[in-house]
Amino acid sequence: MSQLLTVAKPRRNTELLLLILALSLATMANALVNLNLGRTFDNDFYTQIAILAVLSIGFHIALRIKAKYADPVILPVVVALNGIGLAVIHRLDITSGDTAGQRQWMWTSLAVVAAIAVIWFLRDHRILRRYTYISLLASVVLLVLPLVPGISAGNVNGATVWIAIGPFTFQPGEIAKITLAIFFAGYLSSNRDLILLAGKKIGKLQLPRARDLAPMIVAWLASVGVLVFQRDLGSSILFFGLFMVMIYVATSRISWILIGLALIAVGGVAAYQIFPHVTRRIDVWVNALDPEYIGAAGGSFQVVEGLFGLANGGLIGTGFGQGSPDTVPLANSDMIIASIGEELGLVGLFAVLSLYTLFISRGFRAALGTRDAFGKLLAVGLSFAVALQCFIIIGGVTRLIPLTGLTTPFLAAGGSSLLANWIIVALILKISDAARRPIDVSNTPEPSASGPQEHDTKLEVTKP
Amino acid sequence: MNQAIRNSWIVAIALFALLFGSISYVQFFAVDSLNANPNNNRQLLKTFCGNRGPILVDGQAIAESVPTNTDCKFQRKYNDPLLYAGLTGFFSRFSGQSGIEYAMREQLTGTSDDALFDRIAQTFTGKQPQGRSVELTIDANIQKLAYDMIPDGVDGSIVVMNPKTGAIIAMVSKPSYDTNLLASHDEKAVNAAMASLVGVPGINLYGSKAYKGLYSPGSVFKLVDTAAALESGKYNKDSILPNPSPMTFPGITYTLPNYANGQCAIRDKASFAFALENSCNTPFASIALDLGQDAMTAQANKFGFNDDSVYFPDRVVDSRFPGSQGVLDAPGLAQSAIGQKDVLASPLQIAMMTAAIANGGQQMTPNLVKTVRTPDLKTVSSLTPEVLRQSTTPEIAAQITDWMVSVVDNGIASAAAVPGVEVAAKTGTAELGLNESGTMLNNAWFTGFAPANDPEVVVSIVMPGVDVATGAQLTSPNASKLFKAVLNK
Repeated sequence: MSQLLTVAKPRRNTELLLLILALSLATMANALVNLNLGRTFDNDFYTQIAILAVLSIGFHIALRIKAKYADPVILPVVVALNGIGLAVIHRLDITSGDTAGQRQWMWTSLAVVAAIAVIWFLRDHRILRRYTYISLLASVVLLVLPLVPGISAGNVNGATVWIAIGPFTFQPGEIAKITLAIFFAGYLSSNRDLILLAGKKIGKLQLPRARDLAPMIVAWLASVGVLVFQRDLGSSILFFGLFMVMIYVATSRISWILIGLALIAVGGVAAYQIFPHVTRRIDVWVNALDPEYIGAAGGSFQVVEGLFGLANGGLIGTGFGQGSPDTVPLANSDMIIASIGEELGLVGLFAVLSLYTLFISRGFRAALGTRDAFGKLLAVGLSFAVALQCFIIIGGVTRLIPLTGLTTPFLAAGGSSLLANWIIVALILKISDAARRPIDVSNTPEPSASGPQEHDTKLEVTKP
Repeated sequence: MNQAIRNSWIVAIALFALLFGSISYVQFFAVDSLNANPNNNRQLLKTFCGNRGPILVDGQAIAESVPTNTDCKFQRKYNDPLLYAGLTGFFSRFSGQSGIEYAMREQLTGTSDDALFDRIAQTFTGKQPQGRSVELTIDANIQKLAYDMIPDGVDGSIVVMNPKTGAIIAMVSKPSYDTNLLASHDEKAVNAAMASLVGVPGINLYGSKAYKGLYSPGSVFKLVDTAAALESGKYNKDSILPNPSPMTFPGITYTLPNYANGQCAIRDKASFAFALENSCNTPFASIALDLGQDAMTAQANKFGFNDDSVYFPDRVVDSRFPGSQGVLDAPGLAQSAIGQKDVLASPLQIAMMTAAIANGGQQMTPNLVKTVRTPDLKTVSSLTPEVLRQSTTPEIAAQITDWMVSVVDNGIASAAAVPGVEVAAKTGTAELGLNESGTMLNNAWFTGFAPANDPEVVVSIVMPGVDVATGAQLTSPNASKLFKAVLNK
């Protein structure tokens, strides 16, 4: 394995500088919305920008104290994405008369505070390994909650993924992403020796033992369960993809990927045959531009309207307030990418995608750098989950794949998604802190200028 | 393990590469086809909800786009819609466009090719895209005066134009309608309004009947006969014309009468002056029979008949002299010569024909648009008078003018006289048939200009489907008032 050289520097000042850039971006985006839509710069504007600044700087200070070697790029990137999302939601509120912007500011505050709490109170990410099976239990509970009568919010936009407690609604599946990642990371880091040892070999391909396939089958069944009972194709693919990438990273065996893909193929074909809502999804995707499908209930109106919006934006976009993104259903949540693309253009979407790419790559970088298998698996799982989620929803909006309802991380209106993704940010930052912190057996607080960085653990030896 | 992490990262990056690709496809390569998709109402929204330029008359907006609080950011609003409906036309998201709104759409939306630099500038300055303003040649006072001359509930059109420039000074027709009804953003309301409007008898939503309506011109067509006669060289100003009452045709029983109540019947020969002053039929029918169908058609065409390519800027309906469509028999040609049978003319065509006589035989292209200006008031284009065609020689035009003056001084258009001004005119009464109560209904026409020696204004009036008395009352006296108003007398 190649050695990864990282100069062990905290780089917190770099983060501060980038953070100021990200905050300026958020401020300017919100200001442009107000200017272009003839809104005055009322107290709300200044209060909200102040809140975002205080939260981000607060997070930054928390990192200085509790995780000073954490990756300096992640926080600014996420603040920038969140800021753009807030501006776009505010812009859509102005023409639609909605108040999603207010709720989004509230949830952003709550999510950042929760993330700071994770940084502050979670001394080491490895502690989470102790909660492997509790996480499994939590995941099951979270996934079943939307189906429990009394707290289920019922069928919303075709999927049963919401719960309602009093005036609050929540999507527990978003949090389940994290708990599942913790469970898989814990389970696989504990059992990978066992899984790796045995198995028949066919040519170069080493097959797993049947009994080791059990978790794979369980994950597959869980995904199918989500698809059947919650009618949530997006989450179903997301959970299974999350598991597949984690078992692959744990074992480094292509065979798992092949088995996984085979299971997806079987599940996919079966779902297409058995479930009308899946059949419909695919048909609508293939025939999206057919007027009959555009006009039909549950047809392609949403995705096609989004495409028209994107086309209207073209290369440089119409500018904030000058497109008609609010003609797209769910313009501020599922379809927020179409809203951004219409008003900020291809240029704007490329910028947003680049921010995601940066964030995800930094997550993988943390996985590479950290020394424990649990941390590696968790960082890869969470980063890949964010990447896959972006792919499923943005690919759906641009008609690369069938559109399935998932939130766009950090951008889309929705509290559960914000909360879950900010916690993911905190976990990845924590792991990156562990990755970049110089190894110091004597426990001296000062970082050495050139500490050993990467210890490919002994587990690497077992690699076939 | 790290290699697997790297591989997973490559997969994640590959997923993003696909996203970059699909966004490039949608927002760059497929833009034109998506924008052209018939189900894409965003382009429609851009047109219908954009800041369209105003239509102005004397500097006041008769049509403007006002901001709204809805998704459709601007609402088209018409001020004094009944007075101007025939000119502005309507502008509807659900029913299309007509009139100036249609004809000047590229300037009004600012999407014309020559507005490219405006659009680029607007992109960089971040200004809301805004269309150009279109100012009409209309004089608001004359327009109002003319509009009020047509009683409510009566069909009718009036055209007032400048014979030297072709500029339209006033153009009205009734029944009119409220263009705001069709500009609403409420589809149901627009459909309901449309359904009730198309049921109004005599209405035309696609432009004033002054340029979209066709009527039998009756005796005003005798001006064409006169020009044809003089142009042929077979007749001169002193020619004496046969004036039988009635005219008979060999071998058939049909006869063409002279106007029963006039003085035509008292003599069987007539000079041009007498025939025009009293609007005798048979002298002109005999000219037509003498010159033949081709010569008549040629002269009619020289005055603008059978031309479907006149845009002012909306298209003017083509007036028809049937000579070009098959051979007419003798009675047919005789009837055509007095503006009956299948001869049809729009009021604007009659005004243009009159203007050609007033302007020394030169017919100017009619025009309704005075200036087009950018939002920052830079003039893009302004009216430049254009010669449409030479309808007749200056000498013949002068001769016809003399006779038209005597129609007012000594003849049946005396009510059009204006004290101190020489008025030249011709009236017409095209018979349509009897109504249920046995009254003969006519298209009552007036066309004329003043001052005769230096014409500044042409007035053409048609009151279709009225009895003789009403027609007389609504044409010549009103023309007199319009002459006075335009000439400030």
